[in-house]
Amino acid sequence: MAKSDTKKMTASKRPEDPGRRDFIVIATNAMAGLGAVAVAWPLIDQMNPAADTLALANIEVDVSKIAEGQSITVKWRGKPVFIRHRTEDEIARASATDMSDLRDPESDQARAEKPDYLVLVGVCTHLGCVPLGQKTGEVRGDYDGWFCPCHGSHYDTSGRIRKGPAPTNLEVPPYTFLSDSVIRIG
Amino acid sequence: MSAEKFQNPVVRWIDHRLPVFSMLDHEKYDYPVPKNLNYMWNFGVLAGLSLAIMIITGIVLAMSYTAHVDYAFDAVERIMRDVNHGWMIRYIHMNAASFFFVVVYIHIFRGLYYGSYKAPRELLWILGVVIFLLMMATAFMGYVLPWGQMSFWGATVITNLFSAIPVVGDSIVTLLWGGFSVDNPTLNRFFSLHYLMPFVIAGVVVLHIIALHRFGSNNPIGIDASGPQDTISFHPYYTMKDMVGIAVFLLLLAMAVFFFPNAMGHPDNYIPANPLQTPAHIVPEWYFLPFYAILRAVPDKLGGVLLMFGAIAVLFVLPWLDRSPVRSARFRPLFRIFFWLLLIDAVVLGYLGGKPADGIYVVLSRIATAWYFLHFLVILPLLSVFETTKPLPKSISEPVLGASKGAA
Ligand code: HEM
Ligand code: FES
Repeated sequence: MAKSDTKKMTASKRPEDPGRRDFIVIATNAMAGLGAVAVAWPLIDQMNPAADTLALANIEVDVSKIAEGQSITVKWRGKPVFIRHRTEDEIARASATDMSDLRDPESDQARAEKPDYLVLVGVCTHLGCVPLGQKTGEVRGDYDGWFCPCHGSHYDTSGRIRKGPAPTNLEVPPYTFLSDSVIRIG
Repeated sequence: MSAEKFQNPVVRWIDHRLPVFSMLDHEKYDYPVPKNLNYMWNFGVLAGLSLAIMIITGIVLAMSYTAHVDYAFDAVERIMRDVNHGWMIRYIHMNAASFFFVVVYIHIFRGLYYGSYKAPRELLWILGVVIFLLMMATAFMGYVLPWGQMSFWGATVITNLFSAIPVVGDSIVTLLWGGFSVDNPTLNRFFSLHYLMPFVIAGVVVLHIIALHRFGSNNPIGIDASGPQDTISFHPYYTMKDMVGIAVFLLLLAMAVFFFPNAMGHPDNYIPANPLQTPAHIVPEWYFLPFYAILRAVPDKLGGVLLMFGAIAVLFVLPWLDRSPVRSARFRPLFRIFFWLLLIDAVVLGYLGGKPADGIYVVLSRIATAWYFLHFLVILPLLSVFETTKPLPKSISEPVLGASKGAA
């Protein structure tokens, strides 16, 4: 009853300002909505990586013990990181590749700070399996780099995607050479 | 007023204040059900039973389970070896999950065949698809809990699906993981959600049933009951018929649990999770295989993910794709053929989803995927216009009593 009365009043007695009450209602609802979002955000954001998870974010590795043509896998942020001491032939093939042959064009120089050592996150950019090719004797795909058995992605000797469903090259993690033999990843 | 219905004074006292008995009584006796339901109508009750079994065994399992990457695998092994009856409880939980999906798939195809998704049952159908989605999420997260190789890599591949979303994909995946890979935070939240979601499902089931009781069950000939002569009360007629189905269901479940408990699982899940090594051939649980085949059929990452979710999305809009006024396939000669083709297509997709993604399997997956969408998006709308349907009987009683009185 009160509601229709007020409505009538706004409509008839204040014809100059019919939208005023609507505005108040909309503004109130908008504030309540903002409040709800502000409350919901911490509840969602708590799912993001916690401070201690972020703190574990870098490691140091001695690469001098990796023989030419061998790879090691280290764990960084819970993921495998591939470090490969490449052969001359692998480096030559990686840098000779024509950019127009690549799905995700990137030169080998841009991917390996020192061409001898290739550092890659060993996670297929399709759906996250670990590609094969680290151990001697494993399948290495059509381009002699890595091969992901999950849905058949082939990576070349620079870790670039050449064939299969993966959209992008194997990621190169941020790393720096602390000395000639030690790198810090992260 | 309705309290007089009950003989027991305690029941009468309670019902006067809290009319739960009247409500149950109303559903049991006053709820008219078409008298021609066949055994396909058992599967709703069986789905409810499955959910109850899952919740009961799950709560019991949770009493001995530890959601931590260092302890989860051992906790499940301890359940299997040391906890009293633990092996049986876990095998029931594992196998009943598969049975739940069998039952729900039959329930869904029943709906497809008899046109149960059509007006006025659109919301009932949509709530069913919502339940199906929630079940898939629940089962997926449950499968991660034992923290075996398949748990870990299944979780990795499925959560990575979201990375296909442009721009925000990677942030969403990090949010889901709570880290930079599937790890302890992921396991913890999956346990939390795996515990919660079955109760959400139970809530949606209540809505599903409220929607069902609004217009009552559909039936094999798909026409509305024209009066009391076409219906019988749920109790005792259908409670008894459901008991038969329940007995068979429990018999088969017991057979699986006691004789082939691991037949529907994957042996690699008895190897503890190793984040540095992917198993040579990863497959999801069998009930996801058709969708997995669709995902892999598309050579493009985003496209594959979209099509996979699209395969379920079409079910939501099905009531508006199939506009034929005739519900039951019994009176739709062409629709019936296409129904069986769709069923075969779904089975073929399931088979292909379990095969390696190369060579002929990829080609076949593409054909089967194309057919799936063609069925819903092209064939059904066309059939609704061009198909000549058979004449419908005047009432549910007519085909039975009209043909031969003795056979009824
Ligand atoms: C919709 C209902 C449910 C479904 C479809 C479901 C499905 C599953 C599946 C597929 C597994 C993996 C089994 C295995 O391979 O080991 C699992 C494990 C588990 N579930 Fe459920 N579940 C449901 C309800 C529940 C509930 C209500 C709880 C209560 C907390 C629960 C607690 C657990 C626990 C503790 C495990 C780990 C132990 C194990 O792996 O056997 N589940 N669930
Ligand atoms: S995850 Fe590597 S090809 Fe799909």
